[in-house]
Amino acid sequence: MSAPSTARLAFSHRRIGAMVLRHWYLIRSSWPRVFDLMYWPTVQMLMWGFLQAYVMQNSGFFARAAGTFICAVMLWDTLFRGQLGFSISFLEEMYSRNIGNLMMSPLRPVEFIVALMIISVIRLAIGMVPVSLLAIWFFGFNLWGLGLALVVFFINLFLTSWAVAIFVAGLLLRNGLGAESLAWGIMFLFLPLTCVYYPVDVLPGWLQVFAWMLPPTYVFEGMRALIVDHVFRADLMLQGFALNVVLMSVGVIGFLVLLRSARREGTLLQGGD
Amino acid sequence: MTSSSAITVDRLVKAYKTVTAVDGISFALETGSCTALLGGNGAGKTTTISTIMGLVEPTAGTVSVLGAQMPRQRHQVLHRMNFESPYVNMPMRLTVRQNLKVFGTLYGCRDVTARIRALAKEFELDDFLDRPTGKLSAGQKTRVAVAKSLINEPEILLLDEPTASLDPDTADWVRSRLERYRAERRATVLLASHNMGEVERLCDRVIMMKAGRIEDDDTPEQLIARYGRTNLEEVFLDIARGQGEAREAAQ
Repeated sequence: MSAPSTARLAFSHRRIGAMVLRHWYLIRSSWPRVFDLMYWPTVQMLMWGFLQAYVMQNSGFFARAAGTFICAVMLWDTLFRGQLGFSISFLEEMYSRNIGNLMMSPLRPVEFIVALMIISVIRLAIGMVPVSLLAIWFFGFNLWGLGLALVVFFINLFLTSWAVAIFVAGLLLRNGLGAESLAWGIMFLFLPLTCVYYPVDVLPGWLQVFAWMLPPTYVFEGMRALIVDHVFRADLMLQGFALNVVLMSVGVIGFLVLLRSARREGTLLQGGD
Repeated sequence: MTSSSAITVDRLVKAYKTVTAVDGISFALETGSCTALLGGNGAGKTTTISTIMGLVEPTAGTVSVLGAQMPRQRHQVLHRMNFESPYVNMPMRLTVRQNLKVFGTLYGCRDVTARIRALAKEFELDDFLDRPTGKLSAGQKTRVAVAKSLINEPEILLLDEPTASLDPDTADWVRSRLERYRAERRATVLLASHNMGEVERLCDRVIMMKAGRIEDDDTPEQLIARYGRTNLEEVFLDIARGQGEAREAAQ
């Protein structure tokens, strides 16, 4: 019998790699899953792209702000599908009754979380890269032309989506598939409040306070500043990042508390509702 | 409880909101032993095994595995343990080879490919190694699940109804491999089963549970002799129906 090496006890990139591989095998083996990753982002981009093309013909402001809607929808999809990619991968483990196997294996919770983050990026890339190319072809809008700003937008949006998804994963462990609807719908709460398609000024004063408490609000305001005024608002990005650090801490602590509660209540083996 | 104990359970209590699943049980399993945990439905077997695996946190008492307190220190020992249970499945869309590769890597196997090759030979998996796990027969799935439970050559093996869905011939075949593994590796095995013939064949000790408590604990031969029965199934029925207590009271 092999003696335990200290390497096996520490944070393991191999175990993270194994989990990423497990989900890559799953995606690869199922064309409906791949189709699903591209279907809604494409539909959304086309709908908002054509709407924008129509409005541009009738509004001087939108003629100046070409690409606002289409960029907003793609950044919103990054936020929404970042969370969904993480949560669905987690749900796949519950659907296949594999959570018990993973929880009784040497895989650590933090490794599981990191693996799901990587998988969410892969899933988003499968959907978003073709959609961004279609946006160039259909509407002449090049998302990648935003350059470094796009990287900053993505970092902030992914951090928010992961923080929410990590907390939802904790709820799923604690409450089983009874909490499944949260995984699908929780991010829609962010849609009106983070001002994806309109400036924060549009909101009533009291609601603006809540809007500025959410990191994606800073990204969407920053996006509009970049596209309409051609200004990169580093101050907004830094404030968004600071809020994301807080949100991520809350998400991880919430997950660990819920995992502990699941161990106490014996719900890790049940998996269902 | 001795220093050679692989698993030590000390005054373990697990209470949920409305029920006490395990009620103050204590036992120690010697390294290399094979012990059966027997009892009717709801006796507390699965909760006990789940606590040993670190999946459930005790309400009171302690569980120590290879010197590590569970669940707090579980990451020190989980790579030296493994299990097979009907309460979990392996991902159905992944092939047998893919599943074994993923779990082999999770458990820290140094040469996963060689280990899969050895297990495929041992458990005769070659014919369906590249077939999706969900498309296998119940017997094939059980063989794969047992192969997965041995992927890391565990020192401690926890088995929950390992032959429940198998025909007698395949069940016998699986038992013989488990016996061989235990003998070769001197592994400690804890087995929950309703198959008394299986328990008599594999186990050198039987812990009988009822309503979260240990009702009796001895070798299969001693239990059969003490209850004046001809096999373990009759002993099990005596204990399940409370006749053991009646006999003790009469004596």
